[in-house]
Amino acid sequence: MKNTLEIKDLYVRYGGIEALRGVSMSIPEGKIITLVGANGAGKSTTLRSISKLVKPYKGSITYNDEELLNLSPKEIVERGIIHVPEGRHVFPDMTVLENLKIGAYLRKDNIKPDIEYAHKLFPILKDRSNQLAGTLSGGEQQMLAVARGLMAKPKVLMMDEPSLGLAPLIIKDIFSIIERVNKEEGVTILLIEQNANAALKIADYGYVMETGTIELEGLGSDLRNNDHVKELYLGRAAE
Amino acid sequence: MTLDVFLQQLANGLMLGCLFALIAIGYTMVYGILRLINFAHGDIFMMAMYVAFFTITIFHIPWYISFIIVIVVTMLLGILTEKIAYKPLRKQNAPPISLLISAIGISYLMENVAIVLFTGRPKDFPQIPFFTSMTQLGPVRVQNLAIMVPFILIILLVVLLYLINNTKSGMAMRAVSRDLDTAQLMGIDVNKTISFTFAIGSALAAVGAIMWGMRYPQIQPLVGLTPGIKCFIAAVIGGIGNIKGAVIGGILLGLIETLIVAFFPGLSGYRDAFSFILLIIILLVKPNGLIGEKIADKV
Repeated sequence: MKNTLEIKDLYVRYGGIEALRGVSMSIPEGKIITLVGANGAGKSTTLRSISKLVKPYKGSITYNDEELLNLSPKEIVERGIIHVPEGRHVFPDMTVLENLKIGAYLRKDNIKPDIEYAHKLFPILKDRSNQLAGTLSGGEQQMLAVARGLMAKPKVLMMDEPSLGLAPLIIKDIFSIIERVNKEEGVTILLIEQNANAALKIADYGYVMETGTIELEGLGSDLRNNDHVKELYLGRAAE
Repeated sequence: MTLDVFLQQLANGLMLGCLFALIAIGYTMVYGILRLINFAHGDIFMMAMYVAFFTITIFHIPWYISFIIVIVVTMLLGILTEKIAYKPLRKQNAPPISLLISAIGISYLMENVAIVLFTGRPKDFPQIPFFTSMTQLGPVRVQNLAIMVPFILIILLVVLLYLINNTKSGMAMRAVSRDLDTAQLMGIDVNKTISFTFAIGSALAAVGAIMWGMRYPQIQPLVGLTPGIKCFIAAVIGGIGNIKGAVIGGILLGLIETLIVAFFPGLSGYRDAFSFILLIIILLVKPNGLIGEKIADKV
């Protein structure tokens, strides 16, 4: 199995608080990997360390054997590792189309086919092209955030809680698009979710995080049936 | 007051307002991107005047070449200010108040460096007949400059708005000013974008400084102080962070200040106080400025 993104023994500190304490994960090419866990477990911090919004003080993050730890956020994007942030964070006073274009900020090639692809995945974004992104509904904004991430032609797409605050039907849509992008475009997916059940369902492999460390890992289906995971994160949904 | 005098004052006020606007844009752009009042902006304006003085009066460089030098040097100075006074703090995630103190510090530094380098004795700003000769415009007699300045402002504003709304760099600026983290996730180089913003703001201040110098041709190291404060007020009146607001605020301030003194000559000693009174009134009625939006988060 070829590993594209490898996190080893990662430590992050915010002020005096250890947010990550020796996190190790491996995200192989072409797979959907999920990282589940409760609020404040350090899931977002893990993503933010990969995209260099926070600086780990110890550990290593490699991509195709290249050390990423001292790169800038821009250099991470240049390597095709794209982070779709939690809470969508579309640019509210830009139009939907501008949001798509800014997703391709570093690209110098023709982005037209990608805009068409985004429109194919999310037809609603085509209809709303000239509308300000701030006027979209939560679900539409999430679609835009995912589409914007795809505009960068990602090799690895990291998504932080795409289901947050959305209606179940829309969550289903978004998850099926994530799967589709993975199958059609071969994009590696690192999916962070509190909605563990939905995430483990589509994931090849999963990690369970608790207070800054990885507590459990395993195949998506195995984790869904794991008693500990069921009890902690899945509740009734798994039954 | 006769109509002629009124028109005369209107022309004066408009010119002053346009100059305010040019400088206010720099405040508002930097605020938009860093949420910082760049108190050094008025001193950058002052430095631009000295550069113009030295290139034209001392080195006898033709004015059109000199203006380009002034603009370029001022842009570099703006970028340098950011790199020295703000960037190290930004990198440490310093609280906004630290940046503010740093801004005040660099402002004093520039004023005192200017005193050391150029002495405190006022110098005469070069007069360029192409701009400073007088023209009779109907009943109004004004400097050529007074006719040119509004057009210069409009042209620069159109170029600026085009840049911001239709180019990649402009898109990056809007993204950084709205959401720093997410802008970085798009691969936008935040430091480059911030430098770019300082460069543009400083370039506009340089244009303003040249015109200001020809209108009020005495320069000394503290010459940027009052225009600096007033243009900051103009930016706040218009709604800080908003470029069109800065222009409207600047023009309004220039007009009102000039016209009040024209109507009530006895009050001319209180000229500068009107700016503050206007600021207080507008903020009481519209706390976010005339066309400002609510900025709830940050600072």
